[in-house]
Amino acid sequence: MELRSVKYRIAKNYGFKALVMIFAFACVIPLLFILFFIVSKGITQINWHFLTRIPKPVGESGGGIANALVGSVLIVLMAVVIAIPIGILGGIYLSENKKGRLAYWSRLCTDVLQGVPSIVIGIVAYFWIVKPFGFSALSGSIALAIMMLPIVVRSTEETLKLLPSSLQEAGFALGMPFHRVIFKVIVPVGTSGILSGVMLAVARISGETAPLLFTALGNNYLSWNIFGTMHSLPKLIYDYSTSAYDEWKNLAWGASFVLLLWVLLLNLLTKLITRKWKVQL
Amino acid sequence: MIMKKNWLSLRSTITIAALALGSMVTAFSLVSCGGGGGAATGGDSTAGNSDALLGAGSSFDYILFSKQFSQYNQANGLKVNYQSVGSGAGISQLTNKTVDFGASDAVMNGKQDSALSSPAIHIPVTAGAVALSYNLPGVKDTLNLTPDIIAGMYLGTITKWNDPKIAAANKGVKLPSNAILIAHRSDGSGTTNIFTTYLAKVSPDWNTKVGKGSAVNWPTGIGGKGSEGVSGTVKGTEGAIGYVEMSYAIQNKIPFARVQNKAGAFITPTIASVTAAANVQIPPDSKVSLTNTDAPDGYPISGFSWVIIYKEQNYNGRSLDRATKLLKLLSWMIHDGQQYSAALNYAPLSPAAVNVGDAILKTATYDGKPILP
Amino acid sequence: METTSVENSGVTRSDLPLRVINSTPEAIAKGKSRVKRSFRQIRTETVFRHTLTILGGLMVVLVLGIMLTLVVKSVPSIKALGIKYLWSSTWDPVHDIYGAAPFLVGTLVTSFLALIISIPFSLAVAIFLGEYYPKGWLPNFLKNAVELIAAVPSVIYGFWAVAVLVPIVRSLETHVGAQPIGNGILASSLILAVMVIPYAASLGRSMIQLTPSSLKEAAYGLGATRWEVIRRVILPYTKSGLFAGILLSLGRALGETMAVTMVIGNTSRMPTSIFDLGNTMASVIANEFVEADKPVYVSALMELGLVLFLVTVVINMIGKKIIDRFTND
Repeated sequence: MELRSVKYRIAKNYGFKALVMIFAFACVIPLLFILFFIVSKGITQINWHFLTRIPKPVGESGGGIANALVGSVLIVLMAVVIAIPIGILGGIYLSENKKGRLAYWSRLCTDVLQGVPSIVIGIVAYFWIVKPFGFSALSGSIALAIMMLPIVVRSTEETLKLLPSSLQEAGFALGMPFHRVIFKVIVPVGTSGILSGVMLAVARISGETAPLLFTALGNNYLSWNIFGTMHSLPKLIYDYSTSAYDEWKNLAWGASFVLLLWVLLLNLLTKLITRKWKVQL
Repeated sequence: MIMKKNWLSLRSTITIAALALGSMVTAFSLVSCGGGGGAATGGDSTAGNSDALLGAGSSFDYILFSKQFSQYNQANGLKVNYQSVGSGAGISQLTNKTVDFGASDAVMNGKQDSALSSPAIHIPVTAGAVALSYNLPGVKDTLNLTPDIIAGMYLGTITKWNDPKIAAANKGVKLPSNAILIAHRSDGSGTTNIFTTYLAKVSPDWNTKVGKGSAVNWPTGIGGKGSEGVSGTVKGTEGAIGYVEMSYAIQNKIPFARVQNKAGAFITPTIASVTAAANVQIPPDSKVSLTNTDAPDGYPISGFSWVIIYKEQNYNGRSLDRATKLLKLLSWMIHDGQQYSAALNYAPLSPAAVNVGDAILKTATYDGKPILP
Repeated sequence: METTSVENSGVTRSDLPLRVINSTPEAIAKGKSRVKRSFRQIRTETVFRHTLTILGGLMVVLVLGIMLTLVVKSVPSIKALGIKYLWSSTWDPVHDIYGAAPFLVGTLVTSFLALIISIPFSLAVAIFLGEYYPKGWLPNFLKNAVELIAAVPSVIYGFWAVAVLVPIVRSLETHVGAQPIGNGILASSLILAVMVIPYAASLGRSMIQLTPSSLKEAAYGLGATRWEVIRRVILPYTKSGLFAGILLSLGRALGETMAVTMVIGNTSRMPTSIFDLGNTMASVIANEFVEADKPVYVSALMELGLVLFLVTVVINMIGKKIIDRFTND
């Protein structure tokens, strides 16, 4: 009686383990499916023409994604330029002030901001910037920068919190002013953590479409003007994926491949940095 | 210590910063609040792109426009950035003054007119047919559809392809028993406007239950974004039927139906049948509907498409140069630009329509003075 | 850091008595410039500190600004339609009738369905990585793969769903006998389920790893099998943490726009079954915002944005509070 009961329990044990393993690895199947699909359909599209031409009008073949590619790069770059100083300094503030009313509310609001759906940020940015100033790539970058901020602030704060306070105190003891302690001692030590936070944020916003729908709109031409409308990879994919023209659908596959590659690369780099410098994120 | 008492104290800095931020935020919200109809102060919203014009609106016109603008760019160097976001969006963005021109397959209605801060003019740029494209791989012949059938399908009362009404109009054709899947537009669309105006004219049931407009409360069906979305749905779903600009159906090689017109004949949408339907008296403001035409060989679901601009072009700091570029573009579109219509399955404007268009363009002013000579 | 120590540290220290230092004219001049320099330094420092404070407060300003904009812009709609906006089910822009109920239902149904589908998988990943194999190359592969799921942009999920998932659902519907559309609530719930797996999984894993080993070892000492330890020790202990992870996944699912809008069918009617078409709040805003030309129309959409904002914020806050309480216990 006891023996059977033990055997039953052991069987249940192995059964559960098998169940957990099946379900756990089953998650990966849709991902592999998606990756395989995008890569196989997209990689055939990549050639020099694809990367340097703009989409052709309906009915003509031989277009490319140059305007979307350049647009995405410009918009993301501007968002990074806007978000990094603000985000890093904000993170420094939070790590310096572990207690305190403003720090508490600031931390709370950072978490709130991280959870806000991207479409809400898009419509708010429309009212703040597009209504008065018109559609522009800059407004899209601002919307994306708002989305980047919580990630950069949080990762900076976490990185700096992990550093021993003796570093700071040694700096002060030597008579260094605060800003020098921060920029010449603390931040260099925490660079890898901050950098990985920034890269994660960039990876996240590179694929965002919703905020750009009402801010940067889209542009059928290759444009370097940040005060005008600009195309972007996610917008191109969104527009062309539901169309009925095979040429446009192929462009969307190629663009998906490029976007996916970029995001995967960023994530890979982040992992390498965190592993090499053993930073806890 | 002495530092805490002077202007640099934390409290005063924060107060100054808060006041500055607060006034910026208030200014922003006031500016955006105070422009329900787009009377926003500040610089020209469209001036950011000084070497390109920005237009938005109808996806109906998109195929023609993309060819026309690409040709104009090659001839003239002017870039015209057109976003196919739907007629409704074109009108609202024009109202907000965030685009140079809007394109719509429906004229602005009373409510939209009253939201404008200054009057707008409509210039007809092309005419086209709204085709009913369908996906029935087993059916080789072109289907005939009567107004009753179309209204029934879209009202949800006719649900299967082998319905007796459909069979009656298509004698000898073996119809499958699939369910009918309706596709319609999910965005505000002039194409929808043309289609629902037609349905409202031919079906009293539709008129009372749904009505006409750029975006209606569809009793049934799946919404696709733009004509691209609808044709994508039709192409991908067996048993689907959707209304799209004729050009989309032809470009996508999706079969489309013959529709019975007022005279009783089953007409295929073609350039000729649209031109026949457009052979009507055009009022001086060019606002006329071509649906359910009396012409005996006219296709009943046809319509004009218009470009809409403000009559007085000096607003929001727009330059005379920009206004002139815009007017010249529009003038080219109704004259030389028409040569690209036929190849893309759009009906070229009749001479009468071109004359009306010219007259309307001449009324566009800058500071009260006509722009075009 | 007190201000006093900073101020003091910029000033010279010397072992010579002050009377000797300050007596010669050069020394006096040097001393004066040192004091000037240190005052300047202190000023820069103070400016820097104030800048930090202001930027720290920027987050608060941003969130307040977003909330303010949403509320202010929703006012026309609230005035015109009142509270019954939330449960009317007609959305008719032509006749200026707006009712958010179909979108609320669509959002809730797709999100909860996605959650239900994804929970077994997230939980399995969390248990596998947290308890069975915390280290090793295989679990590392799984961990990275799951993190990758979160990294793929939403629009790519949408595109893949349109190209692959929708036809699969369509053939499923033909088998079941429902109208073979493909798009609809079921398809969007499926793609959402895939997208939210990582959130509950990674949080769950950290929570499970936090279980004190003394508890586990006590159970093993009493003769429990692995499964029994998981079932009777770990899961009850981490219940609230796992719940927080699920809440985070829910918050993510509620706000997801792109993948859903490409697949859900975009109709303003109330969905009646999971094979039906529907719409979510985020998707409706994405579709109709650019063309909303009437003030009440725009305002109705902003009100949807406000509801979406409040719901996601509340859910995320509850989740974070639970995690904080759990990790601080």
